[in-house]
Amino acid sequence: MTKTTQPKAARRIINTTLLTAGLALSAGAHAFTVISFGGASGDAMQEAYYSPFTEKSGVRVTAGDYNGEFARIRAMVETGNISWDVVEVESPELARGCFEGLFVPIDWERLGIKDQVIPEAVTECGVGIMVWSTVLAYDADRLPRAPESWADFWNVEEFPGMRGLRRGAKYTLEAALMADGVPADEVYDVLATAEGVDRAFAKLDELQAHIQWWEAGAQPPQWLVAGDVVMSSAYNGRIAAAQEEGRNLQITWNGSVYDLDYWTIIEGSKHVDTAYDFIRLASQAETQSVYSSRIPYGPVNPDAIALLSDKQAAQMPTHADNLVGALAMNTEFWVDHGEELEQRFNSWASR
Amino acid sequence: MTAAMATLEQSPSGKTSGLKAQLRRAERLRKIKAVALIAPLAIFLIIIFVIPIGNMLWRSIDNTELQQVMPVTAAMVQEWDGSDLPNEAVFASFAHEIRDSRSGGGLGRIGRRLNYEDPTFRTLLTNTIRHLPAEADSWTLALQEISPRWGETSTWLAIQRAAPATTDRYLLASVDLKRNDAGKIEAVEQNQRIYQSVFKRTLLIAGGVTLICLFLGFPLAYLLATLPTGTSNLLLIFVLLPFWTSLLVRTAAWIVMLQSGGLVNTGLIMSGIIDTPIQLVFNRIGVFFAMVHILLPFMVLPLYSVMKGVSPSYQRAAVSLGAHPFAAFWQVYVPQTISGIAAGTILVFIMAIGYYITPALVGGPSDQMVSYYVAYYTNTTNNWGMAAALGSLLLLATLLLYLIYHKLVNQKQLVRS
Repeated sequence: MTKTTQPKAARRIINTTLLTAGLALSAGAHAFTVISFGGASGDAMQEAYYSPFTEKSGVRVTAGDYNGEFARIRAMVETGNISWDVVEVESPELARGCFEGLFVPIDWERLGIKDQVIPEAVTECGVGIMVWSTVLAYDADRLPRAPESWADFWNVEEFPGMRGLRRGAKYTLEAALMADGVPADEVYDVLATAEGVDRAFAKLDELQAHIQWWEAGAQPPQWLVAGDVVMSSAYNGRIAAAQEEGRNLQITWNGSVYDLDYWTIIEGSKHVDTAYDFIRLASQAETQSVYSSRIPYGPVNPDAIALLSDKQAAQMPTHADNLVGALAMNTEFWVDHGEELEQRFNSWASR
Repeated sequence: MTAAMATLEQSPSGKTSGLKAQLRRAERLRKIKAVALIAPLAIFLIIIFVIPIGNMLWRSIDNTELQQVMPVTAAMVQEWDGSDLPNEAVFASFAHEIRDSRSGGGLGRIGRRLNYEDPTFRTLLTNTIRHLPAEADSWTLALQEISPRWGETSTWLAIQRAAPATTDRYLLASVDLKRNDAGKIEAVEQNQRIYQSVFKRTLLIAGGVTLICLFLGFPLAYLLATLPTGTSNLLLIFVLLPFWTSLLVRTAAWIVMLQSGGLVNTGLIMSGIIDTPIQLVFNRIGVFFAMVHILLPFMVLPLYSVMKGVSPSYQRAAVSLGAHPFAAFWQVYVPQTISGIAAGTILVFIMAIGYYITPALVGGPSDQMVSYYVAYYTNTTNNWGMAAALGSLLLLATLLLYLIYHKLVNQKQLVRS
């Protein structure tokens, strides 16, 4: 008896599973899917963007996360099996994907938020989500006065001691040129010429004996606290976290290099209209301020700053005071010239 | 079935042939059994080891991007003599194929490949595709109107270099060489040279770590082998202890120990030996400290296992026959441990030559080894050709050194016997 009932039961289970899977699949084909990098940032997005969007439009957001695997997006578009609609990408992937036609070009007229966000948030295929920055950080307890620029970073007479810089050409060459007196808005024009690159490396020659190179983002705050270095380039989020632990680490925003994460719409998405509505809502001052109050990444909508507490606002890379003398990372430049300059940097650093 | 029938047919004709057939059958069965036993390992090795390494070796010369995305243009541009601009047919096929390349990610592949020839190529392709007219009487003029660079032979020479199925550019680039526009091999510019020194540095660091491990490991293994079992087992646990800790944790621990506010420097300053902290980490010293610590057990264990089997009576006999104790040790004991020394050094050297994460964390920019650049090209820039070329050269260097070493050790053993 049992022998005959068992397969029947099994078949029933399989049938039910298939049915539910089929339902889930067909539902999946219609659900609006937003993919972010997850983690603490993803939680903040749920509160700031996804829930208000569902409340307002009645469209349920299927939220997911990934680790920035570009190959996954490419495979999706190439096979035509599009299960993601709006995806968070970093700027080099945005440039590459836009070039390869993996993302839908943004119609800025239709989106209608061009004048509400910072200019760097406006690109061909992506809309800025938030801003993070590479800054000059220092331990205020160890220095006679606050360094005001990269020129002070290079001043080993007034500020003796080692300096931390990221081991690589990116951010380092920009800092060297700014220390040599190039205004922030001309840095990439100078760096695009052979003389400009020579000039940056000549400036680095001056400081080479005093540099301790970091590899991981956690190192600069640790070195600053331990006293291994007196100043360092660092990611602003890491310094904010160290400040919360009670360390007197400070940031010089002048000459900081900021970069953005972007929303992009996958080519072939069936929810382009919903995606536009979602991105529009996610770029409002109200939603952006909720996000930035949860995590120290700067809003792309400058009006959001006013809705934050003074203490939070001062930590934002997009705070009006912090944007003075700041430089927007030129992703196109690094996608094109990165390999050549990194090789030259490694050749120089080995000497 | 057929084999059984064959024996049935053969049995009346004579006893000897039946015996032979039986023997053959038994032999065949044994062979099949042996193959079946070996098969899982062989399949595993082929899938996990042979195919990926073959694939890596192939990638270091693979140049099929343009052929896959622009088959017609690639074929035509190879026939072009390179003196004047290519003819209208090349321009036309290029214009059509670049438009089609945008779907399916083809544009990304050729953009990346052509960017190795000239770092402004990707921007040129983006501009071209954006302004490409639907139809044109003369594609030669239409393309030149979009950018004057399509009227320069150097642009087309770059495409020509990307057209054949294989290329030596990655292998040349990984020893600081390149081909110029005329196709001659020459050294790259002074400020781009790096890999020759990186290879030298890699061999130097790996060799240095191996030697230090041998000098530290030999006395330790000798001590372990000669002490009473109880004490030596206890000491052996201390040797094995690091194995139970993650490599990353051990590396990070060395940073904490050696940094300027760390244990070692604080201790030295407090004891009055030095006044200002000395730089012990983020340079070559730190790399040696951490790598020797991590690799030492791989030297001690083979030495210990060989020394355990060496009878102390030979050395005693040599001394009793009037040899100086050092001579007895050097001429009688050490030659008996040569296979342990060989196994230990080759193990440590081959592991050290591929080290990546330890030098990356405790070294400075002038202490990075070949693996660092392999990781950089694989993860950061997606230039798998360069990563494969550097990896292939490292593999080749390791094999060569192993062969030389093998020969030397074998000769020594021959001389002894």
